[in-house]
Amino acid sequence: MGVVARRTALTAAVLGAGSAALAGCGSPLDPRGGEGGDGAMALSVATNAVAGGKNADEAEWIERWVIPRFVAQQRAEGVDVRVEFQPSGVDDEQYKTKLALDLKAQAGPDVMALDGIWLGEFAQAEYIRPLHEVAGSGVADWSGWRQISPKVRSLARFEGKLYGIPAGTDARVLYFHKPLFRRAGLPADWQPASWQDILDAARTLKRLDGVTPLQINAGTAMGEATTMQGVLPLLTGAGGRIAKGDRWYGDTPELRAVLGFYRDVYRHGLGDPRLQQEAKGRDKSFEQFAEGRLGILAEGDYFWRDVISPGTGTAPMKQRDNDVGYALVPARARHEGIGGRDHVSLSGGAVHVLNPNTRHPRQAFALLTALHSARALRARLGDAAMITERDDVNDTVLEKDPMLRFCADKALPVTSFRPPLAAYTAVSLALQEATARVVAGREPDHVAQGYRKELEEVLGGSDHIIG
Amino acid sequence: MRTPANPAAALLRGVGVYLLVALTLAFFALPMLWLASAPFDKHPGITVSLPDFTLANFERLWNNPNAVDSLASSLILAGGSAVLVVGLSALAAYALSRVHIRGRDGLLYALLLLSSIVTGTAAMVPIFLLAAELDLVDSYLGVVLVLTGGLLPAAIFILKDFMDTTPRSYEESARVFGASPLRVMKDIVVPVVRPGLATVGVWTVAQVWGNFLIPFLLLRSPDKSPAAVVMYTFYTEGGQPDLALISTFSLLYSLPVVLMFLFVSRRYGFRFHGGIKA
Amino acid sequence: MAATTSSAEQAAPAADRGPGNAEGREPERDAAGLGRRRAAAFVAPALVLVALFLVLPAVWTLYLGATDYRLTGIPAIDPSFVGFDNITKALGDESFLHSLRLTLLFVLGSAVIGQAGLGFALAWWMRERSGWLRTTLEALVMLAWILPSSVVAFLWIAFLDRDGGTLNELLRTPGAAWLLDHPMLSIIVYNIWRGSAFSMMLYSAALGNVPASHLETARLAGASGFQQLRDVVFPRIRGHILTNLLLISLWTFNDFTPFLITAGGPDGKTETLPVHIYKTALGSGELGYGAALSFLMLLINLVVAVIYLRLLGQKNRKKKTRTARGRSAEGARGSELEESA
Repeated sequence: MGVVARRTALTAAVLGAGSAALAGCGSPLDPRGGEGGDGAMALSVATNAVAGGKNADEAEWIERWVIPRFVAQQRAEGVDVRVEFQPSGVDDEQYKTKLALDLKAQAGPDVMALDGIWLGEFAQAEYIRPLHEVAGSGVADWSGWRQISPKVRSLARFEGKLYGIPAGTDARVLYFHKPLFRRAGLPADWQPASWQDILDAARTLKRLDGVTPLQINAGTAMGEATTMQGVLPLLTGAGGRIAKGDRWYGDTPELRAVLGFYRDVYRHGLGDPRLQQEAKGRDKSFEQFAEGRLGILAEGDYFWRDVISPGTGTAPMKQRDNDVGYALVPARARHEGIGGRDHVSLSGGAVHVLNPNTRHPRQAFALLTALHSARALRARLGDAAMITERDDVNDTVLEKDPMLRFCADKALPVTSFRPPLAAYTAVSLALQEATARVVAGREPDHVAQGYRKELEEVLGGSDHIIG
Repeated sequence: MRTPANPAAALLRGVGVYLLVALTLAFFALPMLWLASAPFDKHPGITVSLPDFTLANFERLWNNPNAVDSLASSLILAGGSAVLVVGLSALAAYALSRVHIRGRDGLLYALLLLSSIVTGTAAMVPIFLLAAELDLVDSYLGVVLVLTGGLLPAAIFILKDFMDTTPRSYEESARVFGASPLRVMKDIVVPVVRPGLATVGVWTVAQVWGNFLIPFLLLRSPDKSPAAVVMYTFYTEGGQPDLALISTFSLLYSLPVVLMFLFVSRRYGFRFHGGIKA
Repeated sequence: MAATTSSAEQAAPAADRGPGNAEGREPERDAAGLGRRRAAAFVAPALVLVALFLVLPAVWTLYLGATDYRLTGIPAIDPSFVGFDNITKALGDESFLHSLRLTLLFVLGSAVIGQAGLGFALAWWMRERSGWLRTTLEALVMLAWILPSSVVAFLWIAFLDRDGGTLNELLRTPGAAWLLDHPMLSIIVYNIWRGSAFSMMLYSAALGNVPASHLETARLAGASGFQQLRDVVFPRIRGHILTNLLLISLWTFNDFTPFLITAGGPDGKTETLPVHIYKTALGSGELGYGAALSFLMLLINLVVAVIYLRLLGQKNRKKKTRTARGRSAEGARGSELEESA
């Protein structure tokens, strides 16, 4: 790309003008203009949730539980605050764009939720700063840290610094449809030990009429679900990784193995290649699983909690607890997973961060921790279960749901996280495209070479590529 | 091909034409069927079927905290933009039609081309920073002005074309009687070009009504979100559509534009060129 | 383009007058006695608004196109000026060229042939008709045009769905994956459905200006339907055809709705330029590169417009008239009368 690394005066003027001039004005989104008309200290919190829409529970919990209690508690301490919730409820990309624009204009909510993988790019753009730089020494005093395991805490880290508090995490497993397994003569306590075991089970399922044996997400239409539920669990299962430090792996034997697995699935009728192309393909895979037309599905615990959950799911299964089995994703073969593991998983999660421009850093941090108290998390979950960031909460909450207990106890110890680097989204897209090509019939080795070239394009040269 | 001489051929032709018309009618009607069935279905799916009738979806929508209010926001945005676009483009188009300004057509077309940049996604940062600078973030006015700026060139383009075809003789005689230009415009030109204004107005409302990106980027308070933005929130964490809410809201969301269209077409006529022929 | 137009204007004889073409060259000849100053005052509000909210951001965007600016990451805070690098990169990028080809196909198929053709056919059929059939058809066509795009996208997903979509139920072709096997055809047909109303309205108006007596005369002289269209109708609506093609091509070129139906898929087979730009600018946050793509898109739009002006505008000019844009049949008739006088 032959970048002329020169910041012209004009660049500075045009790109800088907006934010510089903004520093002075108190637009409604400007946190530093944050004095309520009644003299109260005004704070705002934003997540990608909205009452009556996407993540409605979360929105209602923040509005009706967290905020009133936080305001009352502050008042008891003699501080008059007013907290506003800024809901969104849109696609993650759009939510991210909006936050980035707000932060660029040195405005935006005081506390906000980011996807863990955005940390790097937001930090590099100086949209966010390490937590202790924003909130000061009080950060370390928060009692909650002891309950958050270092592994989960790493979700909120970038280049060794902590930027916020993680808001729970998740895990990826293989789901299987027990009645179909029974009909095909497969065990109800299925736990594959290798990729070969998965393929064997799929071949057996293939004998059933009208059943797609296996769904491993592929292609660009599935978006991040392809990378998260497909490529990365397989890659770590083959002992590979996508990045080390700030350098990315290119055409590696592990990647070729992953693409070879995709070939075996989609070229021998074990998966439905059309489904990988459809704009609503993922929704359809959910429906098919719920209707007993899909045998094995690699998904996150979200699938269990929100999709096939008997009462509230979008593709509810009345007999979920009886009919749905779950197993860890096996490594390619015993001990071949990353770090010599037999099984692997992938995890992600949101992180709550502070706006570096907040006018009331102490209160903003207090609000941040209020979102992560044990009581607050228990109130949030009610009767539902979820893997939260706090061990003390998990200990009691997960008892309600053996599946989530399984995720926390079995999957989390072998899980990996995605690198929080700015280039991640582009690399992830390149991986999705590679799987799409294999599904469309190209040879894995050839596609892996193509991926290497695509990486060069995306990263602007080979400096950041290994292999 | 020739004018059919015998009645049998004429009949055949007539049948052929009506067959085509019937097909066209079906082509336009069929995709809309879902809007008529899904909102009333207990378990709306993607398939059009005779609904398992219920009004529960409407009740759910009514209880949704944002749905009904968002229509009011949409009305404000669409109404404000329509007034501005119609008013400003009528004035400009009239002047441009009646008085020659050098480079007029070139300028108009250049603006039309530029408008395609601003309506695209690449311009969002400049638009956002501009709005922030003018303190127009989270205000209806900001959205209205940005949208109006994007729609004006095409509106002027259409209206000027329209004004070019209207006869000048009335204006000349009014002028002889000493009417001021504004008065001439109001009393003579506007009545003649009313269907054109109506068309541009409806077009503006339809554009603003469906616009997601600009209000999404510029508005912050949840109670200001228009329907186009709220429509996008009826998805789950994993991006699955809540079809009961979406179908029902689609119907409600479409209704105002349909009513407006019916009203405008009754009241003002709805075509490009008016009744008076010179 | 400006030069083309104004030279055409200057070439026009200064003597024309009369109701049909009072587009006065000199201010004192304008019918309402507006005068240059008042005319400027009439145009000013629109122009100020456009300058601030359209020209400024557009030019700013063009400038961003010469940088490696991104929404996040290091280039967000410290972008570098890269000159024409983005443009060069795009022109050598297969995915951009692929998008461009798809866009041209989309415009040609859905706007130039589809909307203009169907719109004309509808206008022609409706021209002497009234009654419920015409009213219903007109209302449905208009409805397709004014419904919000997010709603319309859902309607078409439901219509074309592979399991249980309305189309498959009707044709008894269960499992036919229209959006996967014929993705471009699907969005082209969709866009014809969506936008024919505009062409229909414009042509209805234009045909209203073609005197029935002329058509009658031609018919009596034994002209076929096609000959009537070519010799009697077409010359009178040439200006409308031009306006129509200019606008619907531009709009279709910039249409983003296909994204809501196919998300650019399968495998990028419907990734038209606006979708490509959306994925670049919002998906990957590459705002500089996305802005450069917008600039290229503007240039292509310009080329398309110039082609139209050449094809449809030239004859007008030769024939006598000044404006290179859409003009009324009324004006044309007036000029012709004058010319023959």
